[in-house]
Amino acid sequence: MAPPLSPPALRRLILLVPSLLLITSVAAANVEEFTEELLLRPLPDRKALAHFHFRSSAPPSAAAIRHHHLFPKAIAQLVHQFHIRELELSFTQGRWNYEQWGGYDPMSTNYAKPPGVELWAAFDLPLGEIDATWKNLTHTLSGLFCASINFLESSTAFSSPRWGFKLNEGNLRYGALPREAVCTENLTPWLKLLPCRDKAGIASLLYRPSVYKGYYHSQKLKLASSKSFGIILDQTLTVVLQPDSVRGMHSADGQLQPSWSMKDLFNRKLSGKCLVSKTSRVFFEIEKDIVDKVDKSGTEASWTNDLFVLSSAPDRVLKEINNMDGHSSSICEYDVSNYNEDAPLDVGVTWKLPLIWSCTPAPYHANRFLMGSGNERGSIALSFISTNMHKQLFDVSNDCSIKTVVFQVVPWYVKVYYHTLEIFIDGNNKAISEVIDKINVTPSEDKLFPGTLEMLLRFPCSMQSAALSLDFDKGFLHIDEYPPDANQGFDIPSALVTFPEFNSSRSYPETDSLFVSPLLQTFKEDGVVKSYTEVLLVPLTTPDFSMPYNVITFTCTVLALYFGSLLNALRRRTGEEERELKKAAAKRGLIPLLIAKLRRRKVDPPPPGSSPASVLSSKLLLKVVFVAVVAVAFHHFSNS
Amino acid sequence: MAIRHYWSMAAAAVVFRLVLVLFGGDLHLASRPEVSTPLTSIRRLAEGYWLKQASMSPYSGSMYHGSPLLLSVLGPFTKKRSIGHAHIYCSLIFVAVDFIAAMLIRATGQSLQMARNRSLKSLELTETVGNSVNVSAGDIASLIYLWNPWAIVTCVGSCTSPIENLMVVIMIYGACSRLAPLAAFGYVMATHLSLYPAILIVPIILLLGFGPDTPPTKVFHLKFSSARKSDILDDDKSTSSRDVPQFSWKPVFYFILWLPFWSCYVLLLSSIILNKVGSLQEMFIKTYGFILTVKDLSPNIGVLWYFFAEVFDIFRSFFLIVFNMNILFMVLPLAIRLKHRPCFLAFVYTSIVAMLKSYPSVGDSALYLGLLGLFANELAEMQFTFFLFFGYIGVSLLSPVMHNLWIWRGTGNANFYFATGLAYTCLQTVLIVESVSSMIKHDRKLRLLVTP
Repeated sequence: MAPPLSPPALRRLILLVPSLLLITSVAAANVEEFTEELLLRPLPDRKALAHFHFRSSAPPSAAAIRHHHLFPKAIAQLVHQFHIRELELSFTQGRWNYEQWGGYDPMSTNYAKPPGVELWAAFDLPLGEIDATWKNLTHTLSGLFCASINFLESSTAFSSPRWGFKLNEGNLRYGALPREAVCTENLTPWLKLLPCRDKAGIASLLYRPSVYKGYYHSQKLKLASSKSFGIILDQTLTVVLQPDSVRGMHSADGQLQPSWSMKDLFNRKLSGKCLVSKTSRVFFEIEKDIVDKVDKSGTEASWTNDLFVLSSAPDRVLKEINNMDGHSSSICEYDVSNYNEDAPLDVGVTWKLPLIWSCTPAPYHANRFLMGSGNERGSIALSFISTNMHKQLFDVSNDCSIKTVVFQVVPWYVKVYYHTLEIFIDGNNKAISEVIDKINVTPSEDKLFPGTLEMLLRFPCSMQSAALSLDFDKGFLHIDEYPPDANQGFDIPSALVTFPEFNSSRSYPETDSLFVSPLLQTFKEDGVVKSYTEVLLVPLTTPDFSMPYNVITFTCTVLALYFGSLLNALRRRTGEEERELKKAAAKRGLIPLLIAKLRRRKVDPPPPGSSPASVLSSKLLLKVVFVAVVAVAFHHFSNS
Repeated sequence: MAIRHYWSMAAAAVVFRLVLVLFGGDLHLASRPEVSTPLTSIRRLAEGYWLKQASMSPYSGSMYHGSPLLLSVLGPFTKKRSIGHAHIYCSLIFVAVDFIAAMLIRATGQSLQMARNRSLKSLELTETVGNSVNVSAGDIASLIYLWNPWAIVTCVGSCTSPIENLMVVIMIYGACSRLAPLAAFGYVMATHLSLYPAILIVPIILLLGFGPDTPPTKVFHLKFSSARKSDILDDDKSTSSRDVPQFSWKPVFYFILWLPFWSCYVLLLSSIILNKVGSLQEMFIKTYGFILTVKDLSPNIGVLWYFFAEVFDIFRSFFLIVFNMNILFMVLPLAIRLKHRPCFLAFVYTSIVAMLKSYPSVGDSALYLGLLGLFANELAEMQFTFFLFFGYIGVSLLSPVMHNLWIWRGTGNANFYFATGLAYTCLQTVLIVESVSSMIKHDRKLRLLVTP
């Protein structure tokens, strides 16, 4: 029988109930969420950009580690096991065209990635444990995404940049695999992390043939975790596609841009949202330059005007909040929940007049290339060509300068001579100290770790072009260290060029505080202008792979020749040899011996008292006696 | 018999070097695999100096593997210049270093010549041996060293091997003239710079103990026993037995005292230079460790680079031990057989090291070919000299061609270049074996001449 509740206990229970209610209500506010978004944008070079953005978030509760509703369990376990603070993994095929597709917008700074695999992670661990954790992490990711990320395990493959990549306290590791091929086998595990996979919602647009037909394709996974907001997982897929220009037609003013819609790009229409998603939206972005041109043509820059018309009326049109100048891009928003199987969404654009516009470029176009020929040495050159973009933003005075950060990782077999760093500004050789504000070099160690170069450069605003060059020697590897196709060469990962004074973030007015768009939120966040340079292919000399046995035998033969002949020369006693020869001649037989003796006597009679024959006979006699004694002794002892 | 116009020829060699350095432009000799090795390359030294100036360890980055002393001496001269090729000041230093080395070789040759004349006189063979071949060996040796094309390219290509050579020469000169502190200094420095001269301690102690090269003791004993027999009435035996070399402990004792002094001094200087950027332990690992473990597989004129690039990993340690021991194997047999000729012993050791060291270059060969000239009188009857001479020329012409075919044109492959390395090693083997056996023959000839 339960004892009746005493008044204090009752009071405690009464106090407890509202607090319990409070906790559950907080938990309800912090439930796992999933949002899906798609951004479409026409590109100036007759291509179209599609950017898929999926965000899953998990609240920071301890129970959430064991059970999840929407958030992928594999990722939650990974974050907890490896104490990851931030992680970014990208699989990229193709190169972002900074000249045509823009270098100064959130898309290019956040989602333009170097070819192959790039992985960086910041850990919440003591510095001593980070390298070991990184190794485990690479293996886990390798298994999760069916990619050879485990090659980043080796200490020769990753580096720990301090400020060139991202400011950190030594808890960040960065690795890149430029040659990794990216295909559907990497996309499938990535899609498995989504609650609806590609069965419903925006992800159902991911028609593989069209995605992999594209010019650029970057699949990214970004993780951020903290005690305050839990885990946020951003999965993005950025593709640049060439729409079929069947509907494009020629007119008197030039070629019309191709008109396209989702059906043309992905071979299907959007027939509803993923049911578990909180919001599901499609955006159509109209570039600043287009808005400008539409304004000039006199009509309001909305979804239908003199230049183009969108295939369906947007639910909302957002204008970029921009205080600096009048130009601002605008975004048309479609809510996918308003569409269904019967009335599917098919966002597209139809051009009415030929239009030439351009995307805003980064302050400098950064290119990297190799110089020199032959397989012995070469130089890495990094060139910056001004796009004169900053002249619109800053008033160009004499002492004005632009900061540029260069971050570059070089594998150990490319032995860079850092003292050969040369800087040319507008063709003139400049002193290093004039241009470089800060430099951090971690030289490569043979077979141990790669070289890392972090530089903070300060270019004068009036500069038109700059070039940096570094000499290097090509290393020679052991035959086991060459990859199967050794003559193809080795890749040097892309360098990262950052312009810290330029920010590409774009903010759009908040329409609904409850339904914040994660995509537009990332556009608003830290958007320091970055651009990746090309991957370099360095051909290295190869030894003859079929030769090991020959080389071993030849070398050992030569050394044995040296050893044997020198020992022979030292050991040989010419005088004794002559005596031995005489002895051998004496032993040859009776007749030659007699002849020799006769001849010698005739030619030169031996000196008296030292006859070789007598010495010989006495020695022989001694030997015979010795053998006889031994035999007798042996017989005696064996018998007794 | 001194060489006529010696000074003008020596001066011409120096002027020739200066002309090449000052007006030759950048001949890219500093990056030739035959000339510079990872240990002696001036570009690596410049990189190490740069790293040190950037307050990093000069040894970080597997670039520099030399001594910290060289870094502080030559480092400031490696700064970029607007005129001439990059390392013109270093080259000028090396011209001076080469000249000093040649002068010391000459002085060594003269003391060897004196010792030879004295011993021949005491053996009363001056007429029979001395007059037939008697050239001034010191002059010849120094001219060979000065005019050796390999010494010239090493000097113009500004590798640090002239300094290593100079230290070896200082050691031999100091030991020959029984200057124990100088010999100890040369020994410590040479060992510090390139480790291998450590085995020269045997000839140095013999040189300090017995003095310069003489015919074998046996010859003297034979001579004196016969002399005693012939003029037994002569009471003045002590005068004739004075010439028999006796081991004197005093200079050896001084040498052994000076060794730790110089070693401590060098290590102290190194640790001062490496203060705050590195440690002595790191220095030993990055210099001696790098030499002994053959970490760098870039091609050179030796054979070990290709061997270790191709050999299976499990056998690597075994062969490392074998090849390093191979240098030591011959130390004792040679010392036993040639103990009466310590200078020649030093030459043989130097050439063995030049052949078997892990990163050989033509600078090492220049040294032993120079020293070979010191024994011009004794080795006059050496065989295969024609073959050797043209072999050396052939290898030094073929090696750049094969390297060019393999590295620059991509039409040849590594085996061609390796073959020249093999041929070069064979030639050196022949040279060593022939010189040793003809020296032994020469001693035998002396004994036969003395024997009545």
